[in-house]
Amino acid sequence: MKKSAFFGALTVAGFAAAMASAGTLDDVKAKGFLQCGVSTGLVGFAAPDSNGNWAGFDVSLCRAVAAAVLGDPQAVKFTPTTGKTRFTALASGEVDMLARNTTWTFSRDVDLKFTFDGINYYDGQGFMVPKSLGVSSAKELDGATVCIQTGTTTELNLADFFRANKMKYEPVPIETNAEARQQFLAGACDVYTTDRSGLAATRATFENPDNYVVLPEVISKEPLGPLTRQGDDQWSDIVRWTLNALISAEELGITSANIDELAKGTNNPEINRILGTEGNLGGMLGLDKKWAYNAIKAGGNYGEIFEKYIGEKTAIGLSRGLNAQWKDGGLIYSPPFR
Amino acid sequence: MSAFTDPPKESFRLGMLIYDTRYRSMTIQIVALIAFLAGAAWLVNNAANNLAALGKPLQFSFLWEPSGYDINQRLIEYNSQSPHIRAAFVGLINTLIIAVMGCTTATILGVVIGVLRLSKNWLVSKLMTVYIETFRNVPVLLWIVFTMAIFIETMPAPREFRSGAATMKLFDSVAFTNRGFYIPEPLFSNSLGNIDVFGIFKISNDLLAVIAVLVVSFLLQRAVKRRADKIQEATGIRPVTWWQRVGLMFIPIVVLLYVLGFHLGYPELKGFNFKGGIHLRNSLISLWIALSLYTAAFIAEAVRAGIMAVSKGQSEAAFALGLTASQTMNLVILPQALRVIIPPLISQYLNLTKNSSLAIAVGYMDITGTLAGITLNQTGREMETLILLMLVYLTISLSISSVMNWYNNAVKLKER
Repeated sequence: MKKSAFFGALTVAGFAAAMASAGTLDDVKAKGFLQCGVSTGLVGFAAPDSNGNWAGFDVSLCRAVAAAVLGDPQAVKFTPTTGKTRFTALASGEVDMLARNTTWTFSRDVDLKFTFDGINYYDGQGFMVPKSLGVSSAKELDGATVCIQTGTTTELNLADFFRANKMKYEPVPIETNAEARQQFLAGACDVYTTDRSGLAATRATFENPDNYVVLPEVISKEPLGPLTRQGDDQWSDIVRWTLNALISAEELGITSANIDELAKGTNNPEINRILGTEGNLGGMLGLDKKWAYNAIKAGGNYGEIFEKYIGEKTAIGLSRGLNAQWKDGGLIYSPPFR
Repeated sequence: MSAFTDPPKESFRLGMLIYDTRYRSMTIQIVALIAFLAGAAWLVNNAANNLAALGKPLQFSFLWEPSGYDINQRLIEYNSQSPHIRAAFVGLINTLIIAVMGCTTATILGVVIGVLRLSKNWLVSKLMTVYIETFRNVPVLLWIVFTMAIFIETMPAPREFRSGAATMKLFDSVAFTNRGFYIPEPLFSNSLGNIDVFGIFKISNDLLAVIAVLVVSFLLQRAVKRRADKIQEATGIRPVTWWQRVGLMFIPIVVLLYVLGFHLGYPELKGFNFKGGIHLRNSLISLWIALSLYTAAFIAEAVRAGIMAVSKGQSEAAFALGLTASQTMNLVILPQALRVIIPPLISQYLNLTKNSSLAIAVGYMDITGTLAGITLNQTGREMETLILLMLVYLTISLSISSVMNWYNNAVKLKER
């Protein structure tokens, strides 16, 4: 790592082709904290609160991984990344993992040399417009000025959508959600497009959210999930199974309230295996026996995290929809702990 | 027997490389060179190895794959199916536009402000001091973002034109909106079509015709002037030629425009935006204003230094000859000051061009925004795109400085 750090300092881009060889786990343990790449501020998903503590749906996953690896959900340092800088940050080793509304696509997985460690939110791209515009469908947007976050899949979907519908538009590329908000509210763009969860989160921060509508069209599939560098399978496994542990915990009814009770031992062997009272799944990952216990204890199970940060009772108000457990008709599904 | 003896012929020994002053400096230089080359080779090798380990060896084939994204300001044909390399060219042209516009405005502003700062009028000179100090002591990125924010927040949105809250200016020909300015565009009803340059981009024949006619008229007009000069020198009487010159300058172009069916296309509010006319985007204008004002502050200081470097005797001599203050400035001081001004001016031009890479802060798609922005992001080819980007900026900068150095050689004091 030292070698690549030196090199990184010397390249103008600050891009170090970090070694993708195994060792992120050892690095994190040696550092004593997890370096997690999050967004630059998307309320509900990742945003610092008034005390400067990061909180949100994506942040909770970072905390769960930190708890699983180091036993301490606070042992995380957050690196805010834009749509543009996130991949370089991960590839160069600046962050250990990304949990940042990142869409799992073929080229990112294969060509950009990352490993997606599951899906924590099934999303799709949508459009938000002011109500006063009188638009009720995305098909009526011919000639509109559209704000897009540059460096995202939404940029490509947008080009495809307008081309397929033989419509014209004026793209206004912007780097962060905050800039988009400014331009959109001032009327410098008619439409703001990004993942629908992001639209809901942005709309929640408006002074008069009711003056804006999210159009019904969903023009793409945006499976969002955490990702790590390709080639470090042990580390990828840790992130993947931490997410799975949170999902399984909801399915099996393990909550932050009853986890201590359940950790004493239950009749359900899968709960016992997850919580480390039976078998040694943690050891297989190179972690402590209590890894999943710590991860779930950090912020609750998947459902609890969802409800706390982005659920229907929050200002963002997202329903579970596709993100309900598979037995409730959603797509959230964890492979078995066995 | 000869009168002199040969110096003792020493055979070359290895130790002489260090102990003999004739060779020592050479030895040190060679050792330093080898060390430098070895260091460079190690860096390149390290990068290559690490990229290979990452499974991303250096290759540029991605440049010919479809880019997939759209760009708002494009002077050559481009759509989301065009290859990445074309997107890079669109960005390069946008970079050059902002560089040329910025350098021109910054020079004009800088010269005026630099001269005014030396004004004897207390208020004017203090105002200029305040301007220079505020602009050059705040990072340019802040100026860019600030200009854009003012632009977006204070100008009316296009939909306010529909409700009547805002109106078009200058006989309904220009619209100032927070998405930019819409101005009339020249149109030709009997257009000559376009030339396809290697199938890469198109040049309007109308534009070429207009330029050609303007150049020819200008040259003819100069010929008339030269003839008049000659007659004046020979006879002392200057023939009246102003009507010939005005005629030569304007009649051909007016005739050409008439033949081509020249008319203006006015912007009109249709749907979400103004259609027709030329759209000067808010990003272009704010970037242009911010870069010009910022660089102008530095140029003003260079101009002031240049003027102050001209000895006081020059202006006193000019005044003694009865030249007015403005004649003294234009004919005596500035031509001499140029010699001092130009070298720092070159570096200000380079700075402006390089600072234009901050364009993405306001969403202006320059080459940093396309090649090293979206293309980098969508293809994940950090090393390749950044190497290309650096080469591009290096080429632009070297071209600017060679042109400016040529100009500097032309105006500098000729010593014989």
